[in-house]
Amino acid sequence: MTYSISNIARSKGDPKVLHSGPSSLGAADRMARALGWFSIGLGVTELIAARRITRALGMEGKEALVRAYGIRELGHGIVSLSSDKHLGLWSRVAGDGLDIATLMTAMRHDNPKRDNVGIALAAVLGVTLLDIIGAQGATARHSRPRGRPSSYRGRTGFPQGVQAARGAAKDFKVPPDMRAAPALAAVSDRAPQERARPH
Amino acid sequence: MRALVWHGKEDIRCDTVTDPELEQPRDAIVKVTSCAICGSDLHLFHNFIPAMLPGDIMGHEMMGEVVEVGSEAKHKLKVGDRVVVPFTIICGECDQCKRGNFSVCQTTNRKKQLADKVFGHATAGLFGYTHLTGGYPGGQAEYLRVPFADATHIKVPDGIPDEKVLFLGDIFPTGWQAAVQCDIQPTDTVAIWGCGPVGQMAIRSAVLLGAKQVIAIDHLPERLDMAEAGGAITINFDEESVVERLNELTGGLGPEKCIDAIGMEAHVSPSMPDTVYDRAKQMLGAESDRPHVLREMIYVCRPAGVISIPGVYGGLVDKVPMGQLMNKGLTIRTGQTHVNRWTDDLLHRIEEGQIDPSFVITHTVSLDEGPEMYKVFRDKQDSCIKVVLKP
Repeated sequence: MTYSISNIARSKGDPKVLHSGPSSLGAADRMARALGWFSIGLGVTELIAARRITRALGMEGKEALVRAYGIRELGHGIVSLSSDKHLGLWSRVAGDGLDIATLMTAMRHDNPKRDNVGIALAAVLGVTLLDIIGAQGATARHSRPRGRPSSYRGRTGFPQGVQAARGAAKDFKVPPDMRAAPALAAVSDRAPQERARPH
Repeated sequence: MRALVWHGKEDIRCDTVTDPELEQPRDAIVKVTSCAICGSDLHLFHNFIPAMLPGDIMGHEMMGEVVEVGSEAKHKLKVGDRVVVPFTIICGECDQCKRGNFSVCQTTNRKKQLADKVFGHATAGLFGYTHLTGGYPGGQAEYLRVPFADATHIKVPDGIPDEKVLFLGDIFPTGWQAAVQCDIQPTDTVAIWGCGPVGQMAIRSAVLLGAKQVIAIDHLPERLDMAEAGGAITINFDEESVVERLNELTGGLGPEKCIDAIGMEAHVSPSMPDTVYDRAKQMLGAESDRPHVLREMIYVCRPAGVISIPGVYGGLVDKVPMGQLMNKGLTIRTGQTHVNRWTDDLLHRIEEGQIDPSFVITHTVSLDEGPEMYKVFRDKQDSCIKVVLKP
């Protein structure tokens, strides 16, 4: 479907996709993407339905806090959807900790919505597990492994050696349109009076 | 045929696609024998230049054998010719081409209206590099249609391995032009930010052009290793201050010539707070590029010096110190590479044995492994510096 739309921008002779093959996106990347969009969705919900959320959890009066958490979730989402996804997912794990701590304060015996808080807490714990799995997966997939990198000390690029290469292209004439301004072009070949010409 | 196809952010797939066909009399079809992943492909991989569409074929560094020629290209090409395909598509006839400014050819961008709106005036068509530059299918594929093929090619003789000449299509002339537009003098210090493939070529070019000293800046040990092998003094920015070290190496005066071989995706580190600021703005869509290198070059460059920018920038940058730039009287030279302007000379230097660009290849894999290699190259895993794909 996407191709048939984007094919409008192509000319007749341009190749068109027939079958799709394996992707550069791994399972960890797809999970990060899903959790990133989940963050965005949750963040928007917390921003626009803060009152309903606090009422459902017996946390009336904490609307500003829920909205602040909504903004935080949007931040997690944006970073999780970026190429620095591992940072976004680890920030989600930290955010989960904050959510759990906040929900724990509502687990009071005098809270008539204690059951709802329990359900919310279970959900956050489940998501935390997913976040940890996702963060570990993304970190493992995209980190440079520790250890000694390959040595490229022998790769000069100069078959006759570096010393022979120094200035070997001095015969090259820099085109006039690529010459540097006179202030830093060679001055040694100019007459002294030209070098010190007064304005 | 098989090709590496862009499906979205960080989603490259090895797909089966229809074969390309001749469309215009000046076209040719090339059977690709070798192609490469370029550092600037990563900007598309990350979707930082937002003009790709799902289904676009990647790749702008390729070579192969001509298998079909349009009627108006037959005076320059024949079936069986071995060619490197430059990443810039050129007509060879417009005013800019006649001046040698091939990367701003006035004819070949088939999405001129879009490019006029975004850039003010359209630049040349490029292979596999967004619909701003024509939306032409790229060369990470088994076959490639080359538009304006009678002008857009570099013939290479048989007997030289692909690996020695492949990079004539992009990174070698790009590094070369970066050095040439510095107008290097024998007394010059040339500082080069970034020891990726273009940086490595710029280092070798500056050495060949006779710079007094070449200084290479990066933080990856294997890349610094390779830079040192090519004759550069190296600075690891994780271990020392770039500005302090450059001043130390230039008697406190700063390098006369600075080359930005990084572009829009400067490394992000808490030790360089501006990079964190840029990354945050980039994620929010408030800035497209991370110009840390540009800021540092402007700061450290010797007054009246030259700043050469082969690294790709895509859109808008923030906090560029215009005051320093203006008061120091710096010259900025930049642009996509006018590939064909340099390739005759560079091919000659390869044939003479002055340089062998294949030194930069660290990975050679089949096209099927391309999607995974995008990830490996992006994440700098397995000491990866340059990937060559064999369709």
